[in-house]
Amino acid sequence: MTASLTLVIVAAVLFGTGITVMLERSLTRVLIGFLLVGNGVNLFMFVMGGMPGLAPILGDGVDPEAMSDPLPQAFVLTAIVINLGITAFMLALIYRSWWLAQLGERGDLIGDEDEMAEDAEETADLYRSSEEDDRAVQAVLDASDEDGGRA
Amino acid sequence: MTDALVPLMVLLPLLGAAVALMLGRRQRAQMAVSTAVLAAVAAIAAVLLAQVDASGSGIAVAVGAWPPPFGIVLVVDRLSAIMIIISALMLLGVLVYAVGQGIADQHRETPVSIFHPTYLILSAGVFNAFIAGDLFNLYVGFEILLSASYVLLTLGGTGERIRAGVTYIIVSLVSSLFFLSAIALVYGATGTANIAQLSVRLAELPQDVQLILHLLLLIAFGIKAAVFPLSFWLPDSYPTAPAPVTAVFAGLLTKVGVYAIIRTETVLFPESDLSTLFLVIGGLTLAVGILGALTQADIKRLLSFTLVSHIGYMIFGIGLASVAGLAATIYYVIHHISVQTTLFLTTGLIERFGGSTSITRLGGLRRASPMLAVLFFVPAMNLGGIPPFSGFLGKVGLFVSGADAAGGTPATETLGTSSPGPDWLIWTVVAIGAATSLVTLYALARFWNLAFWRPKAELEGYRSRLIDSVQEAPAGATVVATRTTPVLMLAATAALVALTLALTVFAGPLFELSSRAAENLRDASVYVSIVFPGGVR
Repeated sequence: MTASLTLVIVAAVLFGTGITVMLERSLTRVLIGFLLVGNGVNLFMFVMGGMPGLAPILGDGVDPEAMSDPLPQAFVLTAIVINLGITAFMLALIYRSWWLAQLGERGDLIGDEDEMAEDAEETADLYRSSEEDDRAVQAVLDASDEDGGRA
Repeated sequence: MTDALVPLMVLLPLLGAAVALMLGRRQRAQMAVSTAVLAAVAAIAAVLLAQVDASGSGIAVAVGAWPPPFGIVLVVDRLSAIMIIISALMLLGVLVYAVGQGIADQHRETPVSIFHPTYLILSAGVFNAFIAGDLFNLYVGFEILLSASYVLLTLGGTGERIRAGVTYIIVSLVSSLFFLSAIALVYGATGTANIAQLSVRLAELPQDVQLILHLLLLIAFGIKAAVFPLSFWLPDSYPTAPAPVTAVFAGLLTKVGVYAIIRTETVLFPESDLSTLFLVIGGLTLAVGILGALTQADIKRLLSFTLVSHIGYMIFGIGLASVAGLAATIYYVIHHISVQTTLFLTTGLIERFGGSTSITRLGGLRRASPMLAVLFFVPAMNLGGIPPFSGFLGKVGLFVSGADAAGGTPATETLGTSSPGPDWLIWTVVAIGAATSLVTLYALARFWNLAFWRPKAELEGYRSRLIDSVQEAPAGATVVATRTTPVLMLAATAALVALTLALTVFAGPLFELSSRAAENLRDASVYVSIVFPGGVR
């Protein structure tokens, strides 16, 4: 079996960088590390299919020897799908862990009443600021009117 | 006709999961679907076991009618059928228990609507791993069960479970990466992922390449089976999950790893000789695991450590590299799956009833609930290896085959061409095994004495040398004692205790069945001939 050296080197770099990032404390970096190593493994598996060739569809006058090996590609596709699902789950887990770290268990217990009180405060802020805006606009208009009158 | 039943064992749980998801708002319908599916799989496995046992070899089904080395092949031999039937029974028992728990407290933090679908997907993954005839399909089976287990372990998303889940998930991901790289290398070296074909082609590779591939696979499976240096993650992650989930994980997930190791040793690399490594690792797993169990105050953590420790017995049995050793291992796996699951379920009952799982805070349980006392005592003595229970029989089986292998009795038949490790090493591990059994008994008897026999009144200011050295679980979980033990939970636990007793009563026929299963594994050519009846190129 012959393989492309470039792909082997790329896979090795992905492995190396991925493992380094994976050893960090932050969960997001662990996830990024997992993605890098995961892609490294996928590339590695792809390399194991040998050199690229014709599309593996049997037909008249097609030499099976010149075809590329479809099996590793099928493996890689499956592995990519699995990685995608696990990444989505990990992201949810990281978000949850961040949420708990920010608010603690209390985060889940913010009741409707608290939320309504918060909302009311926010709306009050909103109204107050728009009133101030109106007043400011009015002042500018008044000033310009005065200027116009003078002119 | 029966060929069509094989893929059904994976398809039924997957379809059941889809139906259960659609029935999200109707709990009773969900329960009916999942119970029916698991019962059906258990029935199918029983039919297949009867057929496979009668025919003496196995059934291979080419999925989508693609002939074996090209398509996916599903293989059922005696070992797979035994594993599936015991797993299906355990999953069924735990499901009934979980349903009972759900009905009892209508938990806000347990989103019941996703529990059933996820549980069925986990089952599908377990069954798929047991019948995979293809290394990559085995990987897919592992991933199915792992993905489902991530969800089950972090159910409810409390801080404690997220912390435990992160450890578990990252360790599992690393093990999956190992496994996938191993598959890539194996494919690169041999041009196939079909296990039967690999059995022939791997043997043609140079010794050093074989060893690298072999060890890479063993590391991946060793993490899953929680074998000693790779077992650090287990006692930290399992105990935080809800009781039924812990029970299933403890019973089944590690055994899937053990199953994969048995396949690796008997079919993929029957020639290579790692018996000594297995004996050393087995002995260390036994010793380190049980020493960890000694210092735990929390019964869930204590049981997790005994779980790790007792995996050592199975590794020891595999390391004997004899048919008798493998037969004893298979019997021990059956015993351990059922008794460990039952004990974790009983622990769930203790938690509900006593409001804690720590021996420093429990007391007077025997007087409070004699039924619970019986349900704990029987499996605990079973795990500790008291005669006449199956735990005792399994250990005796292992020790006898160990003594046979070490003594060089002509009765021992070796697997393939491998030779057992040095005699003194086998004797040492047998001694460690016997000691481990006694220490397990000590740890469980201590829990029994303090939690069940000690009167509740003595709980305040209790001083004893027994609890001087124990440590509480890191994050003292707040458990609310409910005092109500639903009949369904008790019934499910009682049924599983009865099943462990049945393993004792019918130990003779079961041991013979395990021996026949091990006999099938004596030579890789048996497995190869199931997949390729006309021989393999």
